[in-house]
Amino acid sequence: MQTLLQQLINGLSLGSIYALLALGYTMVYGIIKLINFAHGDIYMLGAFWGYYVINYWHFNFIFALLSAMLVCAVSGVIIEYLAYRPLRHSPRIAALITAIGVSYFLENGMSYLYGSSTRSFPQIIKQVNYHFGGVQISNIQILILVTACLLMILLQLIIKRTKMGRAMRAVSVDPDAAELVGININRTISFTFALGSSMAGAAGVLIGLYYNSIDPLMGMTPGIKAFVAAVVGGIGSVPGASLGGFLIGLLETGVQAIGLSAYKDAAVYLVLIIILLILPAGIFGKNTKEKV
Amino acid sequence: MAMLSVDNLAVNYGVITAVKGVSFEINEGEIVSLIGANGAGKTTILKTISGLLKPVSGTITYEGKQIQKEKAPKIVAQGISQVPEGRHIFPGLTVKENLQMGAFLQSNHQQISDTFGEIYKRFPILKQRENQDAATLSGGEQQMLAMGRALMSKPKLILLDEPSMGLAPIFINEIFDIIKAIQEQGTTVLLIEQNAKKALSIADRGYVLASGEVKLTGTGQELLANADVQKAYLGG
Ligand SMILES: Nc1ncnc2c1ncn2[C@@H]1O[C@H](COP(=O)(O)OP(=O)(O)OP(=O)(O)O)[C@@H](O)[C@H]1O
Ligand SMILES: [Mg+2]
Repeated sequence: MQTLLQQLINGLSLGSIYALLALGYTMVYGIIKLINFAHGDIYMLGAFWGYYVINYWHFNFIFALLSAMLVCAVSGVIIEYLAYRPLRHSPRIAALITAIGVSYFLENGMSYLYGSSTRSFPQIIKQVNYHFGGVQISNIQILILVTACLLMILLQLIIKRTKMGRAMRAVSVDPDAAELVGININRTISFTFALGSSMAGAAGVLIGLYYNSIDPLMGMTPGIKAFVAAVVGGIGSVPGASLGGFLIGLLETGVQAIGLSAYKDAAVYLVLIIILLILPAGIFGKNTKEKV
Repeated sequence: MAMLSVDNLAVNYGVITAVKGVSFEINEGEIVSLIGANGAGKTTILKTISGLLKPVSGTITYEGKQIQKEKAPKIVAQGISQVPEGRHIFPGLTVKENLQMGAFLQSNHQQISDTFGEIYKRFPILKQRENQDAATLSGGEQQMLAMGRALMSKPKLILLDEPSMGLAPIFINEIFDIIKAIQEQGTTVLLIEQNAKKALSIADRGYVLASGEVKLTGTGQELLANADVQKAYLGG
């Protein structure tokens, strides 16, 4: 029972980071039907930004987090503008290959500029462990969970309650009709990249605090896992991405806990395959029926 | 001077010529109907007026200004809104949110809520279904929603692309009554229809299109009485 609870806490902490990352995949896919393979690398940029501003400019956690979100938002907008927008009307595969190219560019560019070695993320918040009847939870885990949940609620409010959020949903389902009511498609897509990338930036800073180490290739595996989370939740669905992220986090810690550490990544892919077989649209997948 | 005048408009899809040198005009306050068989180019003309397609040649002049190079949002902002063929409401958004989208470019909250009131008065069913996913509405209700959405921008000119498509006769009558009422409240109407008889009977003037060209024009009554029109579009 105690181990179970313990794994639940660990799994939710990790899962909340996957969830933040999965949101970007799902929103971008929802609006331009692109799997943005460079999304994991935005998360890496966020972590590096956090590393630098904490070490050199002595930012505190909140400022490091917010500035990483801002920097990643801008990066996401620039990447979309330079790499994906010119291909908007090309076959989808062209944009997909470009996304892989952007990902390599960011990974190798960062390795070239800052070296490929692993660095330890500054621990601005001193870790304190709390014990409740044999279950341990650290202040960092609480911070990650609370931050991630607040950001997800904020995002959901933006999407559901604001004019830009409605515009995002309208463009996702029917770009031509959206233009006919006066929505600027390019601006809406930029906004979507900004939102998704800012979530990735936050996730990068949080993972730095949690795992204490960062490197230019750190975005690859979590990126793929978050993508799986988005698919499991139903790609295009925002609540689905959050749920998927938590599920993948729980699965990964669960597999580790039963001593199969070496298989934790394989388990994630196994879940992807199973989901694609039995629930191809994902848990919250939409089967939009349109009346003609 | 005409409110909207289309001169020698030609539109291609790649190598396919869909509209070749069409000219027509709409005066303020009129209902003008474009009729023509499937594939005649009607939808293409509307999409070009709305800025979704760019013509290869020809001009579209609205209130004295050429607009054929402008983008769709800019055209809505100038008071032309469209109810597209097949309705194209936003599934996944509620009825109310769909209407809010129609007022996307409006910033005066008081005016938006007044317009909401007018639309709900005209389409009481939309008020009843306010918080329902728009995709769950029936076809006729979706048509009303699409019209309501277009009216939310307070257009001076409304473009209707086959509003009676796929509707039961009783709904069709209701839609045509609504179109008439829209005109009476001061909005100019460009109406595209397969249902030529109904369309011409409420139109001030009409144009008959065939394979991308205007073949015939006249008042609604003249066209209704025309032997060629009767043969081709009114079933004899
Ligand atoms: N996206 C497209 N790509 C290529 N050709 C197109 C496209 N859309 C329309 N066309 C062609 O352009 C011509 C005019 O089409 P349009 O949709 O304007 O006709 P329409 O008069 O609205 O017909 P309907 O009454 O069936 O709606 C047709 O020959 C059609 O096949
Ligand atoms: Mg048509």
